[in-house]
Amino acid sequence: MHQSETPANMTAPTDAGNGRSAVRDLRIGIDVGGTNTDAVIMDQTNAVIAWTKQPTTRDVTGGMNAALSAVLEKIPGQQGRVGRVMLGTTHATNAILERRNLGRVAVVRIGAPATTAVPPLDNWPADLRRTVEADHIVIRGGHFIDGYPIAPLDVDEARRFFGKVAGSIDAVAITGVFSPAFPDQERAIAEIAAQELGSDAVVSMSHEIGSLGLVERENATVLNAALYRVAREVTGALESVLQQRGLDATPFFAQNDGTLMALEYAASYPVLTIGSGPANSIRGAAFLSGLDNAVVADVGGTSTDLGVLTNGYPRESAVAVEIGGVRTNFRMPDILSLAIGGGTKISGTPDEPRIGPESVGYRVDTEALVFGGQTATLTDAAVAGGRTTLGTTPVDGWSADRRALLGAALADVDARLDDAADRMSLGKADRPLVAVGGGGFLIPDRVPGVTEVLRPAHSAVANAVGAVIALASGRWDAIIPVGAGRKSAIDAACQTAITRAIEAGAEPDKVEIVEMTEIPLSYLTDPSTRIHVKAAGPLGLL
Amino acid sequence: MTIEQWQLQEGDLDDLARGCAILGTGGGGSVETGLLAARRAIRECGSVSVRALDTFADDDIIAPLSGIGAPTVGHEMISSEAEAVALQRAVQDVLRLRIAAVMSSEIGGSNGLAPVAWAARMGLPLVDADAMGRAFPEVQMVSLYVAGVPYNYVVMSDVIGNVSILRPTDGRWAERQARALAVASGSHSLMADYIIPAATARGAVIEGSVSRAVRIGRVMRESTDPIGALREELQARQLIEGKVVDIERRTSGGFVRGSVVIEGVGGDRGQLVRIEIQNENLVALRDGVVLASVPDLITVVDTATGTAISTESLRYGQRASVLAWPCDPIWRTERGLETAGPRAFGYDLDYRPVEELASASV
Repeated sequence: MHQSETPANMTAPTDAGNGRSAVRDLRIGIDVGGTNTDAVIMDQTNAVIAWTKQPTTRDVTGGMNAALSAVLEKIPGQQGRVGRVMLGTTHATNAILERRNLGRVAVVRIGAPATTAVPPLDNWPADLRRTVEADHIVIRGGHFIDGYPIAPLDVDEARRFFGKVAGSIDAVAITGVFSPAFPDQERAIAEIAAQELGSDAVVSMSHEIGSLGLVERENATVLNAALYRVAREVTGALESVLQQRGLDATPFFAQNDGTLMALEYAASYPVLTIGSGPANSIRGAAFLSGLDNAVVADVGGTSTDLGVLTNGYPRESAVAVEIGGVRTNFRMPDILSLAIGGGTKISGTPDEPRIGPESVGYRVDTEALVFGGQTATLTDAAVAGGRTTLGTTPVDGWSADRRALLGAALADVDARLDDAADRMSLGKADRPLVAVGGGGFLIPDRVPGVTEVLRPAHSAVANAVGAVIALASGRWDAIIPVGAGRKSAIDAACQTAITRAIEAGAEPDKVEIVEMTEIPLSYLTDPSTRIHVKAAGPLGLL
Repeated sequence: MTIEQWQLQEGDLDDLARGCAILGTGGGGSVETGLLAARRAIRECGSVSVRALDTFADDDIIAPLSGIGAPTVGHEMISSEAEAVALQRAVQDVLRLRIAAVMSSEIGGSNGLAPVAWAARMGLPLVDADAMGRAFPEVQMVSLYVAGVPYNYVVMSDVIGNVSILRPTDGRWAERQARALAVASGSHSLMADYIIPAATARGAVIEGSVSRAVRIGRVMRESTDPIGALREELQARQLIEGKVVDIERRTSGGFVRGSVVIEGVGGDRGQLVRIEIQNENLVALRDGVVLASVPDLITVVDTATGTAISTESLRYGQRASVLAWPCDPIWRTERGLETAGPRAFGYDLDYRPVEELASASV
C-alpha cells in the first residue's frame, strides 16, 4: 500500500473556511465507461491513494458526480490538496449517437468552383443531418496543393450567407480546401462571421480540427460545431460540481490520443473528447505496469478492448473512423473490440456454447450465478475455472452439465483472446499483455501471442489513472516540399505543434516533439510529403 | 449474353463500387469519393443509360474518361460538378465534334465510379466497356494503345473551368504533357485520353465492363458464400485462403512497391503465397513458383465478406483469400504483354496464363 499522507502534507497550512491547502499535490482522474464510471486520486509520486467504481448513468453527469463524491469521501478533510481534475467522458459521443442536444450549424465550405461534385453533408444519415444542418454554402476560394489560389476569396458571399442565417443558427463550421496547409482564408471567414453574427458567435475552423481529406475533415468540423452546447454543459457541469464541493481544482479533459486539454480548449473542441476512454486505459496500463510497449486488454462488463502501447502511446488506427454514421479522419487508437466482458451471458450446450453478445452489465453483482442470481455469465465461468474467487455462492454444488458449459465457454473465450492478441501484436509475440479493467480476471495467465500476462495493482481503474497521468499535446499537419525549403517547413510545423501543446496546458520548457511521420505523395511532379507532427509535455506546475 | 441497354440507378452504385474495387486488383484508388460524386450526380441529373458498344453508330463519338493526378489531392480538392460539361462543350466548340457517349478508361477502382457522375452531368449514355478491364498505373496501359489506335486528341478539364485540347505525337508525349498540365491545375484533372468514333473503338476496348462490375458487386451482396460466388462469377482460381503474416511497403518513383505474404489456413495450412505489389497486385508466387502474373488479375479479398482489400489497407492478421483470373484476350497479344506483361513492370519472367499455371501447380 502506498503511503499517502506525509507529515509535511498533514501540517499544510489551509485557508480559513474552505479547507484550501497551500500544498496542491493531489489529482483526481475520472473516466466514464459504458458500464462503470471510475475515479482515482493520485499524489505527487503518482501513487494511487483512493479509487472508486460507480455505475454509469444515462445522463453521464450523474455517474460522474457520484464517482467524484465517492472518491473524495475517502480522503476526508484533505480535498483542499486536490489541484487538478482530469475527466475522460462520453458526453459528446452519446449526444451524437442519440442525436440529442446538438446545435444547428451553418456550414461554409471555401473551395468553389472546385469540390461542388460532392456538397457538404451529402452522405450523412438523414436524421442527423436534419438535426444539425441549418444551411450550407460553398463559396469561392481555397488553395491548390502548392498554395496557388483556386479563386479569390468571396467575402461578400459569405457576408450575405451569414446575414441570411443570423438568428436561426447556433454555430458555424468553416472548411477550406487545403486549409491544414493554408489556414488564412478560414480565419478571414471566421472574422466575417464574428462581424455579422456577433463576437460571441461559435465558430469551428477545420484546420484546427482535422487533417487532409476534405469531406472527413468537414464532417468532423460540423460535428464539433454541433457539440458546442454539449461542450458548454459538460465543462459547466464539471466546474459547478467542483464549486459545490468547494474544490478549487483546475479541470482538464482527456482526448482521443491519450493526452489532455484545458477546459477552455475542450469547450472549443468537444469532438476531440470522442474516443478518449480506450486511449486512457492504454496509457493507464502503461503507467501501472511501467512498460512502454505492450498489448493492453481492457475487460469491462460488456466488452474487451485490445489496444497496443507503442513507445508509451496508443498505436493509432489507419482506417477512417465513423462517428454516429459520419465518416471522419480522426486519429483514434487502434482498438479491437470483442463482445467479452464480466457480465457477458452464456447459453447453449457444452458442445456448442453461445457467448454473448448480451451482457448483464453492472448488474453482474446480483444476476450472476456466483452471486445467487439466475444468469450464467463469464464471471461464473472464470470462478468455476479457478481464475478468481468472486461471489457468495459456492460453485461445488453445480451440476456437471453446468460446469461443462462454463468450461467450454471459457475455452472459447481463450481462443478468441489468443487470436485477438496475435492480431494486435502483429504475430511477433514479443511483448507482454497487460490485463486491466474490472473484468481483467477473465484473461488467462498464459496467452500464446504474448510473452507474459501482467496484472498491475489498481488495474481495475487503469482508465482513470490514464486520465490523471496524461500529458498535454498539440498536433499539426502540413504538406512540405522535398527539396529546398524542406528544413524550414519542418521547423515551422514543429513550432506550430509545440505552440498548440502549450495552449493545451503543457509546460513550455518540457514540451517535446513525440511523433513525426512523413507520407510521400505519389504522382506529383514536384515531390512533396505530407508531414504530421505531435508535440506533448507534462502539465505546467501549479 | 450482353444486355444491349439498361439504366444505372442510384441503387446500383454500391454494387458497382464493390465490383470496381474487385477489378482494381489492389489499386485504382479508393472508390469512396467517386461513389459520393456519382450518387450526387444521379440525384440531380437522373439515372444513366448504360449501352453496349454495338448500339452506337460507327460515327458516334466516344470519349474515354479518367481522372489524372495524385489520389491524395483528389481526396482533398474534390472535383467540380462542371468539369465534365466544360469538356463536352470544348470538344463541341473547338473540335466541332458532338460526344455521343462517355466511357471509363479504367474500370478498376475510382475511375470505374466517376464516369457515372460525368455521364449523368453531360446527359449522355455510358458505354458498357472500358480500356483496361482492371486497373493499371500508366496512361499508355490501355487496350486502345495495344490495339494501335493512334493518339488524336487529349482533352483535359480542371476544377477551375480551364479546358485544354492537346494533339500529342504519341503516347509518350501524351503522358508528359498531360502530367504537366495536371500539375498546373493542382495535380487533379478530368481527362479524355482519346476522342474516337465508335467504329474505332470496336475491337479496341473491353466490352461489358460496367455490367460486369455491377454483377460482381451484386453476387457478393446476395450470396451467403461471397468468395464462392466471386470464384464462379470471375471464373477465378483461389490461390490461397489464409491470413496476412507479412507486409512490406515502400514508396519509390511515385509508386507504392512491396509485397505481402499470406499463410494458409484450413486446407491450405502450411502454404505461403507472396504477392508482389506496385500500386496493383502484379505477381503471386508460392515457393518461388509463379501462380499468376500481370496482365491477369490478382485480388486479395476479405475471407468473410469477399470485399476487396486494397494494397494500402492490407494489415497483419487479416483473414484474406487470394483470387486470380484471366485478363481480357487483348492483353495476351504480343503488344499487350509488351505493354503490361511482367517485363513491363521489371520482372524477369515470361507470362503464362493463370489457368495453365494453376492447373500445373495443383
